[in-house]
Amino acid sequence: METLVYKKPECLKKDGKFTFCPGCGHGVVLRMIAELIDEFGIQGDTIAISSVGCSIFLEKFYDLDVAGASHGRSPSVATGIKRSLPGKFVFTYQGDGDALTIGLNETIHTASRGEKITTICINNTNFGMTGGQASATTLVGQVTKTTPTGRNPEYVGYPIHAAEMVAKCDGAAFVARVSICSPASIKKAKEILKKAFEMQIKGIGYSFVEVLATCPTNWGMSPVDSMKHIKDDIEKVHPTGIFKDITQTEAR
Amino acid sequence: MIKTSSKVLVKGNEAIAQAALNAGCKCYFGYPITPQSEIGEFMSRKMPELGRTFVPAESELASISMVIGAGTTGTKAMTSSSSCGIALMQEALSAMVCAEVPGVIISVMRGGPGLGNIAPAQGDYFQAVKGGGNGDYKVVVLAPATVQEAVNLTYRAFHLSMKYRTPVILLADGILGQMMEPVEFGEYPYEEIDTSAWALSGAKNRKPRFLVSLHMQEGEMEAITNRIFEKHDLIAKNETTYEAYQTEDADLIITAFGTVARVAKAAVKKAREKGMKAGLFRPVTLVPFPDEALHNAAKSAKMVLDIEMNKGQMLVDVRSAVFGAAPVEFYGRPAGGLITLEDIYGQIEKRLG
Amino acid sequence: MGRIVIDKESCKGCSICMEVCPKHLIHPSSETNAHGVNFAEFKDAKNECLGCAICAHSCPDAAITEVYKS
Repeated sequence: METLVYKKPECLKKDGKFTFCPGCGHGVVLRMIAELIDEFGIQGDTIAISSVGCSIFLEKFYDLDVAGASHGRSPSVATGIKRSLPGKFVFTYQGDGDALTIGLNETIHTASRGEKITTICINNTNFGMTGGQASATTLVGQVTKTTPTGRNPEYVGYPIHAAEMVAKCDGAAFVARVSICSPASIKKAKEILKKAFEMQIKGIGYSFVEVLATCPTNWGMSPVDSMKHIKDDIEKVHPTGIFKDITQTEAR
Repeated sequence: MIKTSSKVLVKGNEAIAQAALNAGCKCYFGYPITPQSEIGEFMSRKMPELGRTFVPAESELASISMVIGAGTTGTKAMTSSSSCGIALMQEALSAMVCAEVPGVIISVMRGGPGLGNIAPAQGDYFQAVKGGGNGDYKVVVLAPATVQEAVNLTYRAFHLSMKYRTPVILLADGILGQMMEPVEFGEYPYEEIDTSAWALSGAKNRKPRFLVSLHMQEGEMEAITNRIFEKHDLIAKNETTYEAYQTEDADLIITAFGTVARVAKAAVKKAREKGMKAGLFRPVTLVPFPDEALHNAAKSAKMVLDIEMNKGQMLVDVRSAVFGAAPVEFYGRPAGGLITLEDIYGQIEKRLG
Repeated sequence: MGRIVIDKESCKGCSICMEVCPKHLIHPSSETNAHGVNFAEFKDAKNECLGCAICAHSCPDAAITEVYKS
């Protein structure tokens, strides 16, 4: 007797193919989000907000209602949608360029207001879509198109640690950083994304999950080496973990 | 709440805010800036009382994006700001036009350029009418001259915004925002627009929808832009509004918008009393601009005199509309320099006296 | 025992599935798909597949569309 243990999520378009580079972490996260939307049965009650960067083409991949935002402003668009339709599941899908570089103000203020939305922020430590320039989260020493000899903090400053910063916002209910550098970490990431979704579905509050994801093309690494790079280098600077969970704090 | 059943004395900014409430504005998002802060203050008191949304945004970038969010769901939403704040919204306005998202933007002009001053001015005609956003796009721009008209045009701004799925700017200046006048609010005079065919609500029992402004397929963006401009042709056909005061036999037609136009009207009256044939042509919709009506009016005039509280901005559209039918001259003062009845009368007298 | 279904046209040949499969049952095909990619191919002559779906969960292209366990 054969049983189906995994199926491509319904929420992904039947004929839709991810248009990312080979080995890109975006596809893993987008698929996990789709799985969760299926699992919670909220496809017909979800509005996704796309952002500027590789994160932009949500309507090409998802059978979901999608609103677009200007660069960095997805949390504001999400605020307008959620305040208009409080019963809907509203999430932003952003990169580190969008959420943490140009849009850090919106990220921090939306968290502080405690908007009942969910932000999933793909941190691959560079501006992927424009070809790999340094972003707010680029590691010290990391070579990018605009830090050709490696990020020199004396010259261009230090990386921003987003999850830690967002967790400091009083309005945030759940803040975590996960990575997708191994099957085990992908499993863990899904569990944490599920918690983030629950924070909104149960009406508890704002949730933010930063995902350390691969960008093999701009890192100049193979997909497999990119996963190792997350584990060996990025996680040292941007450590994974749950930085805030008000449901646990209350339980204590 | 302002009593809206009878004539009341009310400040322009608060009148606009009350009109927005009457129009069914469900969400207000804004960031303070003089000379329009009373709008946000009013909304912060009234919206919670009505069970509606007031969010003090972290910037004008955020507030217009919140308007976009609400607009994508077919919800009536509004923001208000002034000059430098409206400058920050330009990128989003372009995106809004492209994605066909409704929303109302109240722009109460201050003096510029730069941070300028908080004096009344009309230096943001270009900003509203031509726009500082990217690409080929147009928004609808309405220019009230009195507090009563600000109320009427606020109603109309919501109506046009929902009807044509476009941002609509109500372009006022600091005089109008700060001045008190008697106003009759009446009820929102327009029918509610059905948004169910396009608004985002979650793709339940229907195909998913997307309201975005990136279209990378070959020819896609060109087709969308053409469609948006066809829509503007329709708006021009249906919605162009102006006031023509004693233009039929006028030797000199003054063109002016907003509060300057009411000063000009008084100057025209005075000139007529002295036997000088002056008239006033006042565009109420700056976009769509009443080109044809102005051109026809100018045909029988000896000259057109454009008067603005700036260095000559509507002048560009006036010249384009008049298109040789009569010579066009200009008088203006920028950056908070007030134009008085005597100034305008003097300009008329210089030419007709 | 198990088996997987690969949508070869969605595969970009990134080889992550090949790396994570605990039984090393996925290999690059000698054939190419429409994009010219030597797509991932599942070969399980000895019926070793655990049906663990690690490959599907790791695939950045949702190209592993079904996993069965028996």
